Amino acid sequence: MTQQGGTLVATPPEETTARRDPRRAVAPRPRLAWRERLEVLVFVGPAIALMAVFILWPVVSAVRMSFYRWKGFGPMDDFVGWANYSLVLGDDVFRGAVGHNFLIVVLSILVQLPLGLGLALLLNRNIRFRGVLRTIIFVPYVLAEVIAGVIWFQLLQPGYGVVDGLVGAVGLTAPEQGFLGTPDLTLYTVFVVLTWKYVGLAVLLFLAGLQGVPAELYEAAQIDGASWWQTQRRIAVPLLGPTIRTWAFLSMIGSIQLFDLVWVLTGGGPANATTTMATYLINQGTARGNYGIAGAASVVLFVIALVMAVLYQRLVLRRDTHEAR
Amino acid sequence: MTGRRTFGGGGPLVYCLVAVVAALTLGPVAYGALGGFRSNEQLARDPAGLPDPWVVDNYQRVLTNDSFWVYALNSSVIAVITTIVTVVCGVMAAYPLARYQFRFREPLFMVFVLGLLFPLAVAIIPLFILITRDLQMGNTWWGVALPQAAFALPMTVVILRPFLMALPKELEEAAFIDGASRIGVFWRVVLPLSVPGMVTVGVLAFVASWNSYLLPLLLLRDRMRTLPLGVADYSTEYSADTAGVLAFTSIAMIPALILFLTMQKRIVSGLQGAVKG
Repeated sequence: MTQQGGTLVATPPEETTARRDPRRAVAPRPRLAWRERLEVLVFVGPAIALMAVFILWPVVSAVRMSFYRWKGFGPMDDFVGWANYSLVLGDDVFRGAVGHNFLIVVLSILVQLPLGLGLALLLNRNIRFRGVLRTIIFVPYVLAEVIAGVIWFQLLQPGYGVVDGLVGAVGLTAPEQGFLGTPDLTLYTVFVVLTWKYVGLAVLLFLAGLQGVPAELYEAAQIDGASWWQTQRRIAVPLLGPTIRTWAFLSMIGSIQLFDLVWVLTGGGPANATTTMATYLINQGTARGNYGIAGAASVVLFVIALVMAVLYQRLVLRRDTHEAR
Repeated sequence: MTGRRTFGGGGPLVYCLVAVVAALTLGPVAYGALGGFRSNEQLARDPAGLPDPWVVDNYQRVLTNDSFWVYALNSSVIAVITTIVTVVCGVMAAYPLARYQFRFREPLFMVFVLGLLFPLAVAIIPLFILITRDLQMGNTWWGVALPQAAFALPMTVVILRPFLMALPKELEEAAFIDGASRIGVFWRVVLPLSVPGMVTVGVLAFVASWNSYLLPLLLLRDRMRTLPLGVADYSTEYSADTAGVLAFTSIAMIPALILFLTMQKRIVSGLQGAVKG
């Protein structure tokens, strides 16, 4: 294994550019000895192999599967062209699911962003127990979605659950079927639980971004007589831009593949009011054995995620690479 | 981390606000933990009350329940395998991407970045067929751990590469001059220096595996199930026994919480590093 060999060739000649901006280090390279290529292969090989077998191959098979009518046994030979796609895209349940995913995407940005930002600014103040509070707010994020789901399922029991009790105590009437049983409310209820679970991540990332704001800026503003609100609005929030945009990206990608929490809380019900693309394709694939339809739904999900990611990268994140960092 | 960078302390309003946030955040967790100390009769009478008297029977039943320990063992083994495979493959892949100079370095790195964009849900049905039929690894620890490692790798490499790039080169260069090989340098110099980074990605991989649900849901049955599956199934099977469900759930969340509290700094820096990278 450890042959002694002069492999000094690898010491990079273009060190400075590489260090300044690792992503854009396009420099003339010295020709690699075969030995070095072998080393790269040995180092990167296992990771690439794992990803090829367990990510790339299944995704490619999903694409293939989506063109066949296949119930999961026997040879896959009933080629149906785009039929599965028209079935999926014509299915009201799936279209509803896409709508639900997008509603969660939009609501997450509209609600969790201001909420997370507010909490981050609050916890960035010089208050007592700040460290403990930061830990507390992050606790739900560490719990499994399943665990959060099971606890909230109990809290949200119609009639005798804690939430209904609290709503009653304020003088309102909880819906008769419960928050999880009333189709018009269920998705919003799921969203509240999602916010409870994930706002901590936003707060954590924003707090880290706030640490990067130079203290001099606050001091200068303070000397000029700016109030706390003004410094936050004019200095802290604008400088958080890149962090916010990255968080929004993570949030979108998470919302588009939402599964665990919905599965535990509602199973997609009542009356498909909370179906997501992921619950739809799992349902089609495992419960009904419609592998072709599940494949088509996976491909649609992937295309939506990819288009969203590329558009976001082009339209929003690109600004960050141009702005001075 | 220091208050130097902020101004504005806490007035009564601020503390009120903070108290409300803390209560809303911890409320559900506390409800679960305390609910486990109550009887079903107490829970039915007043769902939000405190235990009176305290009942340890629910927790005792969970802890003496043989299947709970089986689930916990499965969860642990799968998380450990996932973590080891992820960290070993990840640090190996990140090293040449950080240190070697070769033409396909950036494209190769892009493969990992693109890997971030493949949601597990997209691959899940073919993955299920691949693992249960082609690889005959359905209902096994490895059958869950290997795909999980594969899906954890993109993030791991994205976090580790900048970390390795930031390590001082001088030690490696000195070792080369002393005649060490690449592999020798990697093993004796780079690995020891990257332990903090490896711990970070390791904790992230462990927690993700510990909490994962979708893949185990499709692949594992009966005695091979993990804790999240156990929790979900228990809560549907014994839905009448609310106190038992809450006790089961509360115990199941303890390991993730302990890991988080002890490794908080690492998890936080890992997530932040991922965002910055």
